[in-house]
Amino acid sequence: MKHVLSILVYNQPGVLVRVAGMFSRRGFNIHSLAVGTTQDPRYSRITVVVCGDNGILDQVVKQLDKLVEVEAIQLLPPDASVRRGIAMVKIAAGGDKRAEVLKLAEVFRANIVDISEQTATFEITGDDDKIDAFVDLLGPYGILEMVRTGLAGLARGTSNIHQYERREYYEQIVL
Amino acid sequence: MRISGAQIIVECLKEQGVDTVFGYPGGTILPLYDALHDSAIRHILTVHEQGAAHAADGYARASGRVGVCIATSGPGATNLVTGLAAAFMDSIPVVAITGQVPTSLIGRDAFQEVDITGITMPITKHNFLVKDPARLAETLRYAFRIAASGRPGPVLVDVPRDVQTAAVLFEPAGEPEKVPFAMSGAVLARIDAAAEAIARARQPVIIVGGGAVAAEASSEVAALAERLACPVVSTLMGLGAVPASHPLFLGLTGMHGHKPANNCIHDADLIIAVGSRFSDRVTGDRVKYAAGKTVVHIDVDPAEIDKNVAAGIGLTGDMKTILAFLGERTPSGDTEAWWEKIAAWQADYRSEPDSGRLTAPWLFTEISSQTAGADCIFATDVGQHQMWAAQHLKIETPRTWLTSGGLGAMGFGLPAAMGAQIAAPGKRVIHIAGDGGFKMTGAELYTVAARRLPVISVIVNNSGLGMIRQLQHAFFDKRYTACELPAVDFTAFAAAFGIGAATADTPQEFAAAFAAALASPGPRVIVANIAPEDLVTPMVPPGAAINAYLDI
Repeated sequence: MKHVLSILVYNQPGVLVRVAGMFSRRGFNIHSLAVGTTQDPRYSRITVVVCGDNGILDQVVKQLDKLVEVEAIQLLPPDASVRRGIAMVKIAAGGDKRAEVLKLAEVFRANIVDISEQTATFEITGDDDKIDAFVDLLGPYGILEMVRTGLAGLARGTSNIHQYERREYYEQIVL
Repeated sequence: MRISGAQIIVECLKEQGVDTVFGYPGGTILPLYDALHDSAIRHILTVHEQGAAHAADGYARASGRVGVCIATSGPGATNLVTGLAAAFMDSIPVVAITGQVPTSLIGRDAFQEVDITGITMPITKHNFLVKDPARLAETLRYAFRIAASGRPGPVLVDVPRDVQTAAVLFEPAGEPEKVPFAMSGAVLARIDAAAEAIARARQPVIIVGGGAVAAEASSEVAALAERLACPVVSTLMGLGAVPASHPLFLGLTGMHGHKPANNCIHDADLIIAVGSRFSDRVTGDRVKYAAGKTVVHIDVDPAEIDKNVAAGIGLTGDMKTILAFLGERTPSGDTEAWWEKIAAWQADYRSEPDSGRLTAPWLFTEISSQTAGADCIFATDVGQHQMWAAQHLKIETPRTWLTSGGLGAMGFGLPAAMGAQIAAPGKRVIHIAGDGGFKMTGAELYTVAARRLPVISVIVNNSGLGMIRQLQHAFFDKRYTACELPAVDFTAFAAAFGIGAATADTPQEFAAAFAAALASPGPRVIVANIAPEDLVTPMVPPGAAINAYLDI
């Protein structure tokens, strides 16, 4: 089972290694990981998709919480969050196939970001299922190469990660 | 006040109340050594950086204070690794300060450059590379707070040479305040649930681990046990948290635990774990371990709850407070029928060590009786002697049993004993090692001699790697490989450092040699020759149920 976790971390050198290292060291499986800055330059935010049952998820959250540079952790459940990733897919699309592929892209609301005589490169944004479906359908046309980001996500409504920021005593007591 | 980074390190150490550091100099840490020259902080020069790390660890285990070790960049830093890992696995507060090549050379494979923060990331609670001299003081203060608070552990601070020589503004801060641990309402609710489960239990047992020692919760554990009339067993790391002589204490549990203790765990309907992380050496088969039982797991670290053994009720936070609350909410226990069962086990498995020849069980019983009532600290190495010592020494008080539990680092014993002896000059430190482990770090006898530390080293000499031999005996069809060691004259080795030594081949010789060592004020080595064939029993094979004793 896949779970999406959002992690607010101090924007410091090595913080990504610490987070990723914890996953590999303890044998947790990362499906995808995306990291970027936030509105506050002191923090970065990592969205990680982790595979495992609820027991594993519980351990992942607790072990993340022990990292000194982790400020807050929020679980993003599918029904209460928006999650998006981006994929770029380059296919062989010369000659008569081209019109067909363009139609397909339109259905998925994928953009063409590059086109040449023999190729077309699409950019698609969506959750994992949507991207998977698009990539599957493009398969028969011959995918030359593709690249995907990890998911990024936010909770719906007023819920936000800052509600999970460490209480004051964490400043003093470090587990 | 503008002072050098190196002076800032010294000032910060003083702020933290550090009076002793263990270390070994080298090029990139020389500015700090220069600053130490003018300070009142005592620097103990070890033979090897691993010795410095273990000594800082032993100092911390014996005193409860943060141990400090210092090393240079490159090989100095990498030599700390085993010591830091040992401290990490056993949650011991240590701060390691390492020199690093100047910031302008970092990443250029400079002479004696290693990425020590990268190397030690998985074996420290946290680590820092200080690139900005202006942040050196706050980083060091934070390092000490991380090391000592919550679940303690080692923290490494890597300081490039130019950061040590830079002149920066320093604002002194007072001694750090101790912050009380907050209790959340959720934990209070679970304490009530735990109290109800405990009230229903007919066959409860308390398992005490190293976390109880770290939390200094000995009297609270004993009080709860007494209220519940509940047997107490100890993990290897928990020895001393409850006195061995306590009538409710059944002894060591785990792979080489006492049978009454292991049987008690197996038959219990409720386990109260106090500061134990349910290591595989404690539980054997994790599923069978907790099957059909309620587990109340008390730990400072929330991540330990449900990590190895599913806890019905997890209580995290300050152990002393939780135990006190729990005691107030539980009725006094009726465990008479339970104790009848336990008494039968105790009667069945009572055995007097063989006194007809020199054996490890006999000699540890003898050491216990000769040191009864005296202020002693025992520091062991790793292997058969460690298990025999855990089974047969009577550890009465916390912080007097120092052993590398989680990492199982051979070579830990002697440097840890040194650190403990320096932390507790009023106590006599007894170092126990096998001949294999003693060879790993025995050169630290140099430091023992140089400082005239009155450490008594008992080398349990079976001319081999006994635990390896035992495992090959049990699981590899007695095909002994790389475990038989040619004889070494350890008395001559000790003499090379000017330390007097005696050899014992019989119980009488050992008793006399140990009595003489206790009576003499200085360091002493006793080589106790035992039979290489002796095996540690009981033994539960790794991964088996905790009462599935192996017949060896």
